[in-house]
Amino acid sequence: MSETTVDKHHHEHDDHHHGPEAGLKRWLFTTNHKDIGTLYLIFSFIMLFVGGAMALIIRIELFEPGKVLLDPEYFNQMTTMHGLIMVFGVIMPAMAGLANWLIPMQIGAPDMALPRLNNWSFWLLPFAFSMLFSTLLMKGPAPDFGWTFYAPLSTTYGPASTDFFIFSIHMMGASSIMAALNIVVTIFNMRAPGMTWFKLPMFVWSWLVTAFLLLAVMPVLAGCVTMMLMDRHFHTSFFNAAGGGDPLLFQHVFWFFGHPEVYILILPGFGVISEVISTFSRKRLFGYVSMVYATIMIAIVGFVVWMHHMFTTGAPLAAQLYFMYATMLVAVPTGIKVFNWLATLFKGSITFETPMLFALGFLVMFTMGGFSGLMLALVPSDYQYRDSYFVVAHFHYVLVSGSLFTILTAVYFWLPKWTGRMYSETLGQWHFWLSVIGMNLTFLPMHFLGLAGMPRRIPDYALQFTDFNQICTIGAFIFGFAQLIFLYIIVKACFGKSTGHLSNQVWEGAHGLEWGLPSPVPYHTFETAPVIK
Amino acid sequence: MTKKLVDEKKEGIKVGQARKSNKKLITLLVCGVIGMFGFCYMLIPLYRLICEVEGINGQAANKPTLVASDMQPDKTRTIKVDFSTTISKDLKFRFIPLARHITIHPGERKLIYFYAENLSGKNITVQAIPSITPMDAARYLKKTECFCFTQQYFYKGERADMPVYFFIEPTISKKIKEVTLSYTLFDATPYIKKTEEHFTKGRIDL
Amino acid sequence: MQRCFWRVILFLSILISFSANAAHELNMPYGVTPISQQIYNLHMAAFYICCAIGSIVFGVLIYSLIKFRKSKGAKAAHFHEHLGIELLWTTIPFLILVALAIPATIVLQRIHNTDESSLTIKITGYQWKWKYEYLDQGIRFFSNLSTTLDQINNKAPKNKWFLREVDKPLVVPINTKIKLLVTSDDVIHAWWVPDLGVKQDAIPGFIHENWMQIMKPGTYRGQCGELCGVNHGFMPIVVEAVTQEQFDAWVKSNREAKVIQSQQIEKKMTENELLTLGKTAYERNCAMCHQPTGLGLPPSFPQLKHSHIVTGPKDSNIAFILTGVPGTAMAAFGDQLDDATIAGIVTYIRNSWGNDAVNFKNKNPTLVTPTDVMKVRQKTSGV
Repeated sequence: MSETTVDKHHHEHDDHHHGPEAGLKRWLFTTNHKDIGTLYLIFSFIMLFVGGAMALIIRIELFEPGKVLLDPEYFNQMTTMHGLIMVFGVIMPAMAGLANWLIPMQIGAPDMALPRLNNWSFWLLPFAFSMLFSTLLMKGPAPDFGWTFYAPLSTTYGPASTDFFIFSIHMMGASSIMAALNIVVTIFNMRAPGMTWFKLPMFVWSWLVTAFLLLAVMPVLAGCVTMMLMDRHFHTSFFNAAGGGDPLLFQHVFWFFGHPEVYILILPGFGVISEVISTFSRKRLFGYVSMVYATIMIAIVGFVVWMHHMFTTGAPLAAQLYFMYATMLVAVPTGIKVFNWLATLFKGSITFETPMLFALGFLVMFTMGGFSGLMLALVPSDYQYRDSYFVVAHFHYVLVSGSLFTILTAVYFWLPKWTGRMYSETLGQWHFWLSVIGMNLTFLPMHFLGLAGMPRRIPDYALQFTDFNQICTIGAFIFGFAQLIFLYIIVKACFGKSTGHLSNQVWEGAHGLEWGLPSPVPYHTFETAPVIK
Repeated sequence: MTKKLVDEKKEGIKVGQARKSNKKLITLLVCGVIGMFGFCYMLIPLYRLICEVEGINGQAANKPTLVASDMQPDKTRTIKVDFSTTISKDLKFRFIPLARHITIHPGERKLIYFYAENLSGKNITVQAIPSITPMDAARYLKKTECFCFTQQYFYKGERADMPVYFFIEPTISKKIKEVTLSYTLFDATPYIKKTEEHFTKGRIDL
Repeated sequence: MQRCFWRVILFLSILISFSANAAHELNMPYGVTPISQQIYNLHMAAFYICCAIGSIVFGVLIYSLIKFRKSKGAKAAHFHEHLGIELLWTTIPFLILVALAIPATIVLQRIHNTDESSLTIKITGYQWKWKYEYLDQGIRFFSNLSTTLDQINNKAPKNKWFLREVDKPLVVPINTKIKLLVTSDDVIHAWWVPDLGVKQDAIPGFIHENWMQIMKPGTYRGQCGELCGVNHGFMPIVVEAVTQEQFDAWVKSNREAKVIQSQQIEKKMTENELLTLGKTAYERNCAMCHQPTGLGLPPSFPQLKHSHIVTGPKDSNIAFILTGVPGTAMAAFGDQLDDATIAGIVTYIRNSWGNDAVNFKNKNPTLVTPTDVMKVRQKTSGV
């Protein structure tokens, strides 16, 4: 984390500027990055509960063998929707919300480069998700082919609602592309004088790399679903062998998007963790430069490993070997990041406020997810793991205790700065411990279930899988209800009685331009750029 | 509204400068986005090309090959060729190889037939899609004539013996002793090509 | 903070003991084929390496969290880079990866080597069953889930192999290299048996090969490993590995069974026999979608109770089942079921759920014989 000194005269709130308008108009038409950040975060939080409710419905069905609650058809719709909502409706908007709130402040800019585009990027999302949810109310089945919507299950055999799903994906993709565009232009063109590339905070670096990934692969997803639409309605045969196409082509195109997508879901989180660990160790981030290069390397290598999602599809030996080696290689820059975080902690002066707890929880559990990822990279072993609960365990470890924990870390860390109010530390600790316990209870047994041979995406299972599934369901309920504590914390912190005046600094070890601003930050900040020495 | 203009004027010069360099960068990035969308569509011919060159997924087997006039059969070894058929869902056809397997020298040309009978109760156009395994053998199995090169039109109840005239290139690895040639028959009604002929030279109607 | 820590340890101990008492598998099966065993060894090697690295990483972490607490007076040091150590922790992981990649490569090469197999079996995935064809022996059959709907719907106690049992298992000889050709009739499925170390995607239009050589007789169970629609979880695989002699006997009896089946059509079946056969066959083949109550799950799976087809002329009822409905989940069962079974099913549905009363009122027959089915089969085949 680079040291910056701020010219103290100019960062004060300028009284000539108006505050926000009142009421609904403010939220519909705002171009203020703070408002839009808030909108994204609130939207993501609502989606967390919707997707979470679906997860609990799934876990109820899986509590026992035999039909518990749902028909298999509805179960498939729940698993599909749960995946789509969590990926496109929770993690991505939350990361975008953090980007909106933090990037301008961290680089000393008054707002994002394209404020009206910013507003549009957000408001596309409620429309996209309304369209997606409407499929649950349609006469035929909603999308029921998994969030990975392989052809020909989703093309030739897909229900009518698939077309709404496709349009919904287009809108989500457009939203992400526009947001990414905005972020790149902002970071390139609006840094305060003196904010050189290697003085950028890690969060900004990680979002810069993520934005490039988004610009590169969201159009590929758009092309993929367009080809699906054409196959379904215009008698093309991109993915249909009957007309000379190939179902495997779908998987190649999808995973060419899909693998960089998972790095999109985690990289901004890495940036958050770097800032939080360094703050609460009261020590500069170890190896800042190699962290930047490691982030870039992860992104680049992430482009050329997509076929590790397709090891059992009958690829030639050479292809499987190449993709195995390339996938294993990603462990090197990821490992560098983990070691650098450890080295930041080592010989630091550590305190355990809630953001730090979540960051440490991330460090342990994301690493565990990384280990199962390494095991999955080995092709012969993957023959046994693929499409089993072992994969489900892996990606939930890296997405829930990975991405989601980094978002929780970020909110706890910056909420006092945004609102000027401190959250309840006791409740925060409860939230943390219940989340960790719930999370591990839910997903650790899934490793064993997968190894024992339980496939994924099944509504009902053989008797020997019962005990572990019951543990998973109990854990899921603990984890789910723990998030209600978080809801209470947020509401209390935002709307409850003020807890007294908060300093600019808030956290003893915090560094960065935003920590020189008052808490809460004014509606407009850095209207005159600070000079970074 | 007025207040917004006032604000902008204050930072007029800076905003103007920023806007100029924004435009350039935005144009570049938008071109990149469009380019990636185009790249996605380019993946189709790219994929086809790679599959053809490497012989993956039987893509190479969909086209007629000219035989080198000096190709000599390699009598020192033989390869067993298995034939198999799959009829796609909802297509009511009988479609079986007349020979379950044959033994062939690499470089030797062989003619075999597949029997097809239209049981769908109506006139129909079908397409046979070949697939060859193992992967290493796929690009060496070449056909000079095959009913899979074109769509096939069948009257209601029509029966035919359809030919495949093929050979295995002598350059195939000596380790390969068995090859499977499999056809899946699909209803090609959504994909009817009007320009091609709908029968294969050598198709015997029964 | 310390209290929390001990609470967590206590909880984890309870969890671990609970898991131990769960009395079920914690690990991948060692399996009964050379490949499954090599995969197991590779898996364990990777696991141990991860444990070792994890112990170091988490060890350093826990040490730091205890030793460098501000509350115990730790003061932060000022270092923030060190080229030597960074190079070290880049190079060492890289070397560990190389060490892992070597055995993985070797095992993968072995998996790809399908040479010199003595038996070839073609496996076709369907929604939602498997078809097995012994190409050289001329035997082919469908393998369906045999768990009854009553068990799935909690109306009957679940038997030991709930959801992992089939009506006709794949019978193979031990100590024989068997080549598997895998394809699909409709969507992508995957044939997966953990004990045999085989998973192969079944892709429509294309055929892929894999192999297995089973070293121990026994029954090995697996499931479909790629989401393929509503009943993805209900199309298991059962492989019975037997001695060569037993296999030969099985092949012989299967060839003879075909002859008997075609003779059965000649035998006259009573209404009761048809109803009994029909009820079982309905539950096995139809009830998943149309439900034991005949109410279906509209609009995807139509209701049969008082349906105008089931209470209409018997020939169109039979034709419906023989030819299916293209573009929907209703398959053409004429390819999969013989005349006697279809006659049983049609008789059963025309007599169930009050359909017998409606048929009686409409003066439509409720009894359908195998000969009736044979006649309709000839008509619908366009010959």
